Amino acid sequence: MIELPPPKPETLAARPRLIAGLRALVPEDGVIAEALCLKPYETDGLAAYRQVPLAVVLPETTEQVAAVLRFCHENGVRVVPRGAGTSLSGGALPLADAVVVGLMRMNRILDINYADRYAVVQAGVTNIGITDAVRERGFFYAPDPSSQLACMIGGNVNMNSGGAHCLKYGVTANNLLGLRIVTIAGEILEIGGTHLDAAGYDWLGLLTGSEGQLAIVTEITVRILRGPEGARAMLAAFRANEVAGACVDAIIASGIIPVALEFMDRPAIHACEAFAHAGYPLDAEAMLIIEVEGSAAEQDDLLGRIRAICERFDPISLKVSQSAEESAAIWKGRKGAFGAVGRISPDYLCMDGTIPTSRLPEVLRRIGEMSESYGLKVANIFHAGDGNLHPLIMFDANDPESFHSAETFGADILKLCVEVGGCLTGEHGVGVEKRDLMPVQFNARELDQQRRIKTAFDPDWLLNTAKVFPLKPDIAHAA
Amino acid sequence: MNAIAPEAEGEIADVIAEAHAHATPLALVGNETKSNAMLRPVQAAATLTLRNHAGISLYAPKELIIAARAGTPLAEIEAAVAAEGQQIIAEPPDLSALLGGAGQQTLGGIVACNLSGPRRITAGAMRDHVMGVRAVNGTGEVIHSGGRVLKNVTGLDLCKLLSGSYGTLAALTEITLKVLPASEAVGTVVLAGLEAERGVAALAAALGSPFGISGAAWLPREAAARVPELAAFDAAVTLARIEDFIPSVAYRTERLRAEWAGFGAAAILEDAPSRALWRAVRDTAPLGHASGDAIWRVSVAPSAGPRIVAAVARLGGNCFLDWGGGLVWVAAPARAENHAAITHAARASRGVWWLMRAPDALRASLDVVPEEAPALARITRRVKEAFDPQGILNPGRLFAGL
Repeated sequence: MIELPPPKPETLAARPRLIAGLRALVPEDGVIAEALCLKPYETDGLAAYRQVPLAVVLPETTEQVAAVLRFCHENGVRVVPRGAGTSLSGGALPLADAVVVGLMRMNRILDINYADRYAVVQAGVTNIGITDAVRERGFFYAPDPSSQLACMIGGNVNMNSGGAHCLKYGVTANNLLGLRIVTIAGEILEIGGTHLDAAGYDWLGLLTGSEGQLAIVTEITVRILRGPEGARAMLAAFRANEVAGACVDAIIASGIIPVALEFMDRPAIHACEAFAHAGYPLDAEAMLIIEVEGSAAEQDDLLGRIRAICERFDPISLKVSQSAEESAAIWKGRKGAFGAVGRISPDYLCMDGTIPTSRLPEVLRRIGEMSESYGLKVANIFHAGDGNLHPLIMFDANDPESFHSAETFGADILKLCVEVGGCLTGEHGVGVEKRDLMPVQFNARELDQQRRIKTAFDPDWLLNTAKVFPLKPDIAHAA
Repeated sequence: MNAIAPEAEGEIADVIAEAHAHATPLALVGNETKSNAMLRPVQAAATLTLRNHAGISLYAPKELIIAARAGTPLAEIEAAVAAEGQQIIAEPPDLSALLGGAGQQTLGGIVACNLSGPRRITAGAMRDHVMGVRAVNGTGEVIHSGGRVLKNVTGLDLCKLLSGSYGTLAALTEITLKVLPASEAVGTVVLAGLEAERGVAALAAALGSPFGISGAAWLPREAAARVPELAAFDAAVTLARIEDFIPSVAYRTERLRAEWAGFGAAAILEDAPSRALWRAVRDTAPLGHASGDAIWRVSVAPSAGPRIVAAVARLGGNCFLDWGGGLVWVAAPARAENHAAITHAARASRGVWWLMRAPDALRASLDVVPEEAPALARITRRVKEAFDPQGILNPGRLFAGL
């Protein structure tokens, strides 16, 4: 288990006064302090970790967020920002002496501008909510994390979320124009705007993916894009991971960048097929889902080229979708992967490393060996175009031994990702989950450089304490 | 001036550590194609050039990744990726003709200035494709951020912070870029005779279409006349580029021409003239400028571009629009009152500017980029100190006293 810092006794002792103070800053029902009502906030998408916070505050405006942060800052109270609580890395895990600032009531779309192709939204708007608001004009917001029905754009900004389609459209950082943020001192700052390049340092780039360490984001100006004329998927199944990997290389080498290029290994294929009955080939060792966009003729042209490439790799089966319905069926299994794994195992950890794509066969082989030695099953889903690997490690949360093994297994996978030239996290963030692995990727000088930037924004280390940076020196910095 | 030109990263770190120890300011440069013209002049006892720290260190075409040391000429990288049918995604400009620099611009220079070409409108800026950096901070420590993979959210994103920091936070020593396959074909749809407002409306329609526009520019008549491929139109031109496989370019240019019917009868330019004209737009060749002119680069919401055009016209200056109207290149006599007028117009449209070329005295006395709000300026100062506590790296380049 990952260690959390001891709560500050003076904060716990001052709880009644702090709650009364917060109640004066937000509408009456905007402070949650009763034990039963705090319970839903004790965890996020990394449900193995739980901690009831001191209180939850639900501000409705940027000014209220500023007042709450000013109050917490003056009282030395730690703050945990929270969107929908879907983080898979424990990014929104509370601390016993922290106030959770939940942004779910800031859920309005403030402006949509089609001529300049942007939307201004509050942090608590869901990812899909943005696309829903602009769909009638044929537009969409591009990053599409698996949790897009629930996750909120404020959380996406803080985690720099990706998705299955970021191979073509980029991740969150590539789709933002501006932010409204609140510093821990309660200052409201405008970052960027509605123009493409900003002057001064790239605050937008630094804040994106900063995991709530630097400021709270309350409003976001996102780019909206006109959607393609159409999209269609195909499925290709192969006899070995190496062969599927070589096929991915050949597709990229041909100059085609599909809009999505997803890889599933044998356990993932079986889990998803049992769940979704998508018609996946159960005799395959590896399977690719490849999606292209354009007019019907363009789709035919691209799928024809890709099909010809796949045929050079002795595929077990190739299925080119002939309709939107068939494409949906191909995607159904992949999109239901987490639910599918959840059905065959009581609990699972979803890992998130990135590797150079050429190392995929070797990495999958070594994960397979670890799976045997830990005695835990694993299914691998891989954004093959960009090297982002999601091993799903299955365990039983009722068995502490099993959970401990799963965590150690996960850490070993991430160390392997770094060893082959990759990184600890491609899109889920460090959070609390991977915090103690940071020294695997960064040396002490590098971590200190990042810590000094954190200190420049948050001198007392009150924002999302105990995430991202290994604990011990954090405390020293805060002291 | 004392110029130091080390080859190895360790030597670069030693020079900076020494400068840190003695609080000696250093001017950081590459091949000086931009640094003698752009932003505020740096007052430093010594110049540290990264030009000898050069060479491609990794190129994995299948993984869409190239890494090179900061002093590598950009042209060398462009040639290496072109040999594998790939390209630098953000299409960085070569501003040497505009800024009067001799020699070849370096990778470190273009990343430190975060300069992008026409493809920025659809494919992101230079900084969007910086996947990893190695750098030496202002105390002489070597640090790295990011890596050699395409998706990475591990820790704070220093790749983006250091891109576009003009060497004021750290000396970039090695940069890893994402690259993509170069398109098989290029086509351009051209509308002649539209004034700026109508031209930008046409570009908005194109960028709001499903046809994947990768370049969207408007050139007034005199600017179009400077581009051989466009001179025959003898009019202001509105340009939309499509880059894709040959059948897609043929199909999409025709569809866009039909979509644009309400704006007039559009012409279609084929592959070769398209490549030439977009290179000219990229490198600001259409911008007319006299030797006594200053040059500004203004970034606004696209629909505000025509308002900047109008303000420039009142000064008797020259300009053209890229990025659908959102990037304005401006030339006008180098005078403080012209700077005031142009920056006023940018500010009134909620936009920003960079003073790209001006005599030293002028650029030392003006806001070469917009001043930040006081609370943000305090963060800027603290982050600068977090990298460079003695303030020795390119002091004053962006903001006076920083």
